[in-house]
Amino acid sequence: MEYTAAQSGFRQQHNMRLRNSSMDGSDGSQLFDDTSATGPGAQGVYRNQQAGPQAAGGLPGQSLLSDPMSNLAMAYGSSLASQGREMVDKNLDRFIPVSKLKYYFAVDTVYVGKKLGILVFPYMHENWEVSYQQDIPVAPRFDVNAPDLYIPTMGFITYILVAGLALGTQNRFSPELLGVQASSALVWLIMEVLAVLLSLYLVTVNTDLTTIDLLAFSGYKYVGYVLVHISVNIISSAVSLVNHQMVCFSRMILGVVAGLLFGKLAYYLSLLWCCAAIFVFMDRIKLLHVVQGRFDSEQLLKERQRERQVNDVVVVKSQATQDAKQEVLLFLHLRL
Amino acid sequence: MAFTLYTLIQTAILCTNAIAVLHEERFLSKIGWGVDQGVGGFGDDPGVKAQILNLIRSVRTVMRVPLIIVNSACIILLLLFG
Repeated sequence: MEYTAAQSGFRQQHNMRLRNSSMDGSDGSQLFDDTSATGPGAQGVYRNQQAGPQAAGGLPGQSLLSDPMSNLAMAYGSSLASQGREMVDKNLDRFIPVSKLKYYFAVDTVYVGKKLGILVFPYMHENWEVSYQQDIPVAPRFDVNAPDLYIPTMGFITYILVAGLALGTQNRFSPELLGVQASSALVWLIMEVLAVLLSLYLVTVNTDLTTIDLLAFSGYKYVGYVLVHISVNIISSAVSLVNHQMVCFSRMILGVVAGLLFGKLAYYLSLLWCCAAIFVFMDRIKLLHVVQGRFDSEQLLKERQRERQVNDVVVVKSQATQDAKQEVLLFLHLRL
Repeated sequence: MAFTLYTLIQTAILCTNAIAVLHEERFLSKIGWGVDQGVGGFGDDPGVKAQILNLIRSVRTVMRVPLIIVNSACIILLLLFG
């Protein structure tokens, strides 16, 4: 009797903890694979611990726990908790397609490394096709060309942090500015995805690009932003250090000029490189994805001209937004 | 250029309002974007202009009532909170 009470009490606790941390254990709709090997072990330890104090404090508190009303209340509470969790899961699945999101986060280190290499240097990559497995695209872990959401998310967050760093080196930092940067970057991202969706709708191309795919593609450019800003910040801070020494060695003018030129030059060069790289990357990715949406070989010619249209409209639009943003960033950050 | 999420909402409301106030007889037919001038055949190549006209027509039909609600809410909120 005490042990079942302990079990149901523990399960209720466990349920509350699970619901709070939004991590499913035994329902089948897992948000991510539970690779912690200590899971069952911890449960066993908990159970023992729960049963232990119960047995020890069972005698004075026996009236509390063997009371059928409190048993009933605990059982009811645990069923209510599991019902609530089911409702949350169902509604969450309706608004955010959780199972589809899981596909985009199934990455590993090798994939991330290769993808970052392709993003920075897309010129040597020959085969851009996404391999399919029974009509669904293969998970990013197995195919370098598949889109993922891990790199864009991480790139976005790193971009905000590096922007904070850039502001800090210019003594213009305050914690609210991080939030401002984050929301404005998010708004630009949403507007770019909406612009791409609108242009895809207008050109009536049958493609299997989902909104999340477009989000992933639009998020890949944050990697370039991060590289540009890191390069300019590291170089500018290194150069300012060198400037100090040069001032001490009374080659002041040359040192300062070299520092300024080098800083700005590094910024422009890396900006140009990353713009070209992401342009080529987007071009080839979109070409492939639009073409791969059709399996009908008769209409391939018409598809070719339509994809040219799409390419022009879509890529120009995305490039326009990216260039606008680069200009804005230039005015905002570059006061070397 | 601090865009917040609030400006995004404002932009969306303004753009939808702008599309909704395009008058059918006085304006759209005059510039050849009327309802009867867009929908050609039922071929599988509607063209960009037909898509735009479809979009405008569907936005005007679908968003009329929600826009009334959202605009009233905006007016009340702006009156109350400035």
